[in-house]
Amino acid sequence: MTSRRNFIKKAGVLAAGSALPLSVVELSHANTEDNFTFAFISDSHIQQIKGNQFVQNWDRGLQRAVAEANLLDPKPDFIMYGGDIAQIGTAAEIDHGLEIMSALRGKTHYVMGEHDYYLDLGEHWSKRLGDQYYSFDHKGVHFVVLNSIVTTEEWTNKWSSGEERMGVMAGLDDPRGSPFMVGDVQRAWLEKDLKAIDDATPIVVFSHSPLQKLFANWNFWTDDAEQIQAILGRFDNVNVFYGHVHQIQYNQIGNIKFHSAMATAWPWPYPNSYAQATNYMPKLTVPMNRADPFFERDATGWQFIDIHSGKADLQYILPDNDDRKLAYNKDTGRPEDTQYQVKQKASQKHY
Amino acid sequence: MRSTLLLISLLFSSTSLLATPLGLPEVPVPADNPQTEAKIALGDKLFHDARFSSTGDISCATCHDAKKGFTDSPLSVSQGIGNLEGTRNAPTVINAAYMKTMFWDGREPDLEGQSAGPFVNPVEMGLKDHNPILDIVRTDPEYVEAFKAVFSKHGDAVTMTEVKKAIASFERTIIAGDSPFDHYYFGGDETAMNESEIRGLQVFLGQGRCVSCHTTNQNTAIFTDNRFHNIGIGFARVTNDVTSIVQAYQHSKKQGEDLDVAVLTKGNVSELGRYVVTDKVTELGAFKTPTVRNVEVTGPYMHDGSLETLEDVVNFYNNGGVVDENDPVDPFTSGGIRPLNLDDQQKADLVNFLKALTSPEFAQSAKK
Repeated sequence: MTSRRNFIKKAGVLAAGSALPLSVVELSHANTEDNFTFAFISDSHIQQIKGNQFVQNWDRGLQRAVAEANLLDPKPDFIMYGGDIAQIGTAAEIDHGLEIMSALRGKTHYVMGEHDYYLDLGEHWSKRLGDQYYSFDHKGVHFVVLNSIVTTEEWTNKWSSGEERMGVMAGLDDPRGSPFMVGDVQRAWLEKDLKAIDDATPIVVFSHSPLQKLFANWNFWTDDAEQIQAILGRFDNVNVFYGHVHQIQYNQIGNIKFHSAMATAWPWPYPNSYAQATNYMPKLTVPMNRADPFFERDATGWQFIDIHSGKADLQYILPDNDDRKLAYNKDTGRPEDTQYQVKQKASQKHY
Repeated sequence: MRSTLLLISLLFSSTSLLATPLGLPEVPVPADNPQTEAKIALGDKLFHDARFSSTGDISCATCHDAKKGFTDSPLSVSQGIGNLEGTRNAPTVINAAYMKTMFWDGREPDLEGQSAGPFVNPVEMGLKDHNPILDIVRTDPEYVEAFKAVFSKHGDAVTMTEVKKAIASFERTIIAGDSPFDHYYFGGDETAMNESEIRGLQVFLGQGRCVSCHTTNQNTAIFTDNRFHNIGIGFARVTNDVTSIVQAYQHSKKQGEDLDVAVLTKGNVSELGRYVVTDKVTELGAFKTPTVRNVEVTGPYMHDGSLETLEDVVNFYNNGGVVDENDPVDPFTSGGIRPLNLDDQQKADLVNFLKALTSPEFAQSAKK
């Protein structure tokens, strides 16, 4: 039996690490004034029913992430949106999503997702948000945003309508689909953009699809991933953040650390590999803890990221579930789940 | 209908070890606090003793009155010493024995933990500390004898641990099932509910989505998921200032402010709900799902008592978590709360069904 006085004492101690105001993790070796936090929201899939009616569950997921991100204290330096703000890329969906996003207090950068793109090849998105790929510098870190979900011209132009093209690209396991890629134009731009950047400068890249090959059938995949990894290869310190997969993933290839974002809309499972489908899924070490598959926000959420000396610590905020923290482990030199990498929690098996 | 004799015996039999009523599971009893007749009787006496307040006129039973379904109905928020008001509606003790956490925000894990809080809350029973209670139970001859009999302890060996255990044991006897719903649903008596109530049950299980949180099992129903949800009550009052309220709360918490005092004396902190216990932003404004058993006699409703009638409650949910259907839905509201599109007949049936959850021992209170 916990006495209430003891409980309060304990709660007070806990508050230092886990409470709002949420604080930036300061590492002693870091140049602390260059440490900063940004919030990362992704995959809201805002979906119009008709007129001003939108699927409420997806609206709520995004609204909630926005409201919670506004509570970060100290305020995040900026907010990233990881793509797929819309479901079928109509102006109404994009506008509705951006209206919800407008409640965020702070500068927001956007990544293009395939659901935003394939109806009108990103026309309305670009009209509202500008360039589809770009870079910026912040507190000594060079940030790059790529549009990783384009594909061949041949595939792009073979459809009778934008709706048809969008419909095919929106589905999983659709044999008529095509692999995502960054493409020649952006890769050439990337090389040029990075040319003057020193090897020691921390690089953070945002893309919608993972810039690594995981599972082709669901486009957890970027076809020219190896070429992009090669361009990034000379830097000491590279972090890639991506959306699209609607789950927590982390991986390291060479010098590049990969981290995914949860969706605010719905979770995808870790793909099972069929014999027929190409996949390079790394071994699953920490299964997704699904608090309750019947709970409408189960395994969705948003995240914020502390950047310290170019290293990234991710805090995943999950409603009605245990938050997860993935941090750079300086002993192993890899990103690791701070709680569950060693002590794993059994996934719920009865549904 | 039941005989008057049976009603009376049920009403006053709470000091005995009852068989489990229809529709309820066995009461969970902690291994270190087994139920005994003498302990229950002692807890009953402690529960009703107004000397355990700074003014000498407030007992546990003041806000948890058996005649009012173990609440202080019709007050919206409870009144303690000197008519001081708290921030929350008194939750019923009926079937609290089945709850996995106590208080609206679940800040205590069990009845034992809960029972000691109100004595020392400045807007409840107002004692500075628990010593005045111990002074009484260590010297009052009836208590001295009872504690000796129940715990084999006397003098300084009697502490709040024993007081809390006795009160909790008494509260574990305040269980009530056996409602028309129980006879219809679990007892197989198709005549136990009328047509409207039966239609209302379908609304409860279906389009009304009530059962998502007010859960039922195969053979029993507690009508709570024991979880915490922001359903849109009260939070609109703080939503625009939530950052500064949270910061101020965290600051005073670091200074050692008592959680109990903070939530009952500061309206804006109260509205933070479960967050003050877990520090999780996803639980801002979330409150525990109460049971809906005997809800007919425990109004007004919600953690702040802001909805007066069951019709108001049904309308609130039907509007998707807002009192007026044109009000904006707060972004922190749970995604499970959404407009239900119930028609007037369905709403009336649902209310009738809720009234079929009244246990016979509280049917008299319901008629008032």
